[in-house]
Amino acid sequence: MLCMLLKNTENNMNKKIINPEDATNIVKNSIVKRRSKDSRLKLFGRVAIGLAVCFLLFLFYSIFTKGYPGFFQYYVTLDINFDRERIDPKGDLSDNSLFDGDASAIVNESLFFIIEPKGRKEKKLAKKIVSSGKDVRIAKMVKDDPGLFGTVTKVKFALDDDIDSFLRGYIKRETPESERRISDKVIGFIDKLNEEGRISYEFSDYILSGSASGNPEMAGIKGAFIGSILTLSVCLLIAFPLGVATAVYLEEIAKKNRITEIIEVNINNLAAVPSVVFGIMGLAIFISIFGMPRSIPLVGGMVLALMTLPTIIISSRAAIRAVPPSVRDAAYGIGASKLQVIFHHVIPLAMPGMLTGTIIGMAQALGETAPLLMIGMVAFIVDIPNSVVDPGTVLPVQIFMWADFAERMFIQKTSAAIIVLLGFLIAMNALAVYLRKKLERRW
Amino acid sequence: MFSFYLLTVILIISLLFFLLGYNRAKNLINSNKKNLHSLTHYYGIFCSLSALLPTLGVFFIFTICDDFIFAELIKEYIPDEVINSKDYNFTIVLAQINNSVEGLVFGTPPQWVTNAAEIWKSWVIKSNILTVIVCAITILTSGFLSYKKINSEFRSRNAVEKIVMTILAVSSVIAILTTIAIIFSVVFESIRFFALIPYDEFLFGTVWNPQFEGAERAGSGQEGLSQYGAIPLFAGTFLISIIALCVSVPIGLFSAIYLSEYASSKERAFFKPLLEVLAGIPTVVYGFFAALTVAPFLRSSGSMLGLDIASESALAAGLVMGIMIIPFISSLSDDVINAVPQSLRDAGYGLGSTKNETVMKIVLPAALPGVVASIILAVSRAVGETMIVVMAAGLAANLTANPLEAVTTVTSQIVTILVGDQEFESAKTLSAFALALTLIIITLGMNFYALHVVKKYREQYE
Repeated sequence: MLCMLLKNTENNMNKKIINPEDATNIVKNSIVKRRSKDSRLKLFGRVAIGLAVCFLLFLFYSIFTKGYPGFFQYYVTLDINFDRERIDPKGDLSDNSLFDGDASAIVNESLFFIIEPKGRKEKKLAKKIVSSGKDVRIAKMVKDDPGLFGTVTKVKFALDDDIDSFLRGYIKRETPESERRISDKVIGFIDKLNEEGRISYEFSDYILSGSASGNPEMAGIKGAFIGSILTLSVCLLIAFPLGVATAVYLEEIAKKNRITEIIEVNINNLAAVPSVVFGIMGLAIFISIFGMPRSIPLVGGMVLALMTLPTIIISSRAAIRAVPPSVRDAAYGIGASKLQVIFHHVIPLAMPGMLTGTIIGMAQALGETAPLLMIGMVAFIVDIPNSVVDPGTVLPVQIFMWADFAERMFIQKTSAAIIVLLGFLIAMNALAVYLRKKLERRW
Repeated sequence: MFSFYLLTVILIISLLFFLLGYNRAKNLINSNKKNLHSLTHYYGIFCSLSALLPTLGVFFIFTICDDFIFAELIKEYIPDEVINSKDYNFTIVLAQINNSVEGLVFGTPPQWVTNAAEIWKSWVIKSNILTVIVCAITILTSGFLSYKKINSEFRSRNAVEKIVMTILAVSSVIAILTTIAIIFSVVFESIRFFALIPYDEFLFGTVWNPQFEGAERAGSGQEGLSQYGAIPLFAGTFLISIIALCVSVPIGLFSAIYLSEYASSKERAFFKPLLEVLAGIPTVVYGFFAALTVAPFLRSSGSMLGLDIASESALAAGLVMGIMIIPFISSLSDDVINAVPQSLRDAGYGLGSTKNETVMKIVLPAALPGVVASIILAVSRAVGETMIVVMAAGLAANLTANPLEAVTTVTSQIVTILVGDQEFESAKTLSAFALALTLIIITLGMNFYALHVVKKYREQYE
């Protein structure tokens, strides 16, 4: 703008000499325009940041409003007659004996006593009101406390997911019967239960302690959570020592030559490879060639370790570089060997920076989904993994699988799982920021 | 579990060697009344490392190799009529035997499979015993040899440092090994794919319709329907990336300009990390958000305007991906703009230019290579992004430029093909590897180009 102005004036000067008054006027007239352009740019900047922050807030808002109800669900309280003969026919509390017992029939009887269904068809409908996990629940209760036998105790059972959706108002009473998932009869039963004050809305005891399940009312994230912890531990155990060792070698030991240059270019390239490709490598190398089983946290952790390695190496190198040479010189001066300088002085001083990088890398690994899909951690696994070689899944993959299910309740449970995942990520990142602030020294 | 126990025992024994070496050094000091060359614990570390490392090597070679050797040996036990039959496939036969070994039996397997499994099981026991014996011999001999080496002349610190240096050097090679493994795994399968499907059909074909050979063979009128033209996938990837750029470039760039030129340091310290949160959110969360919030919203607002927007549209995926890559552009550009020396700005102000003129005419041109590089990096991130497109963009391989329709991308096809059951030798499975190869070439190419741009056009001010 200014240049153009100058050029213009120059041209004008060549043609004719303008008097100073005109010149001042030209500048004065243009300055308003130039200033408004300036404030426009500032406004654009503000709007851009505002938009980005709005996106972020909207994302969190939509996840939280969807996910918060996912931590709760509707329960029905029933009086259960703990009849040992029927619940535990062999009398030894073994899984087999409890499986043979007809706990569900006892629950159904207690339910029928309240809502009084007539005929077989109604009874069949009524049975579906209570979630199919009722016998498991009773089996668990008597195992924890055999003293319950012979008593009549109030027990809370989860309601079926359709009923849950109805009580939340997602299934409307006004919709014609043929178009909704539950019939008028069932609604009648629920009203009856409601009149008796037996339905309650409480913190779900399935979401945090349950495992993957086809029934949304019984699905929980415990299995995926444990799987995530196992996978991350493997990842940390491999990636942290390897990353630190590589960083130390490249910064402190290796001479600057072709080989180290190749390694450096390599690490930068690895950081740019899409995560799904690491999954393909895991599938082709670890599973096809090494013959490791699919779906196990060990392979998942190894793939994620290779993926996070560049992050850890790059941040560790930065941390090592930040240690001033005077520290090394002082150590050499009192007779330390090269490795003593590295292990006694450089690494301890660079540790906060290395840990920060590692935590950020782990947070990345915790949220990663695509490579784990490739190595088969997407299987439907009900059992909670006990070790790194048991098949399992992880939180993000669980979220991915649940997001595909049609039931309304799964959307809430998925959002609830996302809240847990985000909670962990925020905690890890906060830890990294804290470490950086508190422990990192400026030299 | 066996390997785990053996590994624990190996570690415990090498710990014992540490104590042995340590005590020997102590005794030497006591008996000679003279200090040794190195501190006592170095003798212990030397002993335990020289016992541990060769044993670990032996252990890994044995545990990795046994399955290969078994697989070769088991061929003897597959009857001839099976080998000579038309659809003989060793991988499948091996999987059958392995399943039988692990006790996973579907139906009744043929007698020879059960026999082979029994033989396999006996081999496993034998090889386990062999591993234990060999490991024991290695750890004891190497341990005692190193123990014998310890005398008043021995410089154990130098020996330990040599070993540790080697470990450090070896671990830095892992990064190269990973790259080799990636290339190896992708290139070999791709070569096999291009042996089945000519590469020009793959690169320039306009119909993507992979079918399992099993489905073709079943004769459901599907014969020869498989088509592997990847143009629709490239077009879909391109379309979604363009939409993402339309969102992220203006927002990211203006944010960067504002943060580096207009914002106070307090504002900057608050907003920069806040924008970076966008990059830290797991992609599966974005995918969920795109599929369950953005897509229905677009669909309903589109129908109000009389537009028919597919429930899985390129628009939804692209918009959300754009949000995701905002921080890549804003943070990197902000760094680059900040790196422009203050003297240039001061020169601009000195000539009487406003802030806008300084930024637009002086600072941005100076920072342009870095800004362009940040945009290229963001594009490469968008091209490689998987979960958002898997969850929100759909699987229909439409060749279209209409953002309101469903499209599919390279990454989402890779995921769909490789997740779940696969036939290992089929063209469909192999096509995923060919797609991965193109993906790697594209993203790495972009990264190299970004580096090149920065290197070539960067102005050196210092």
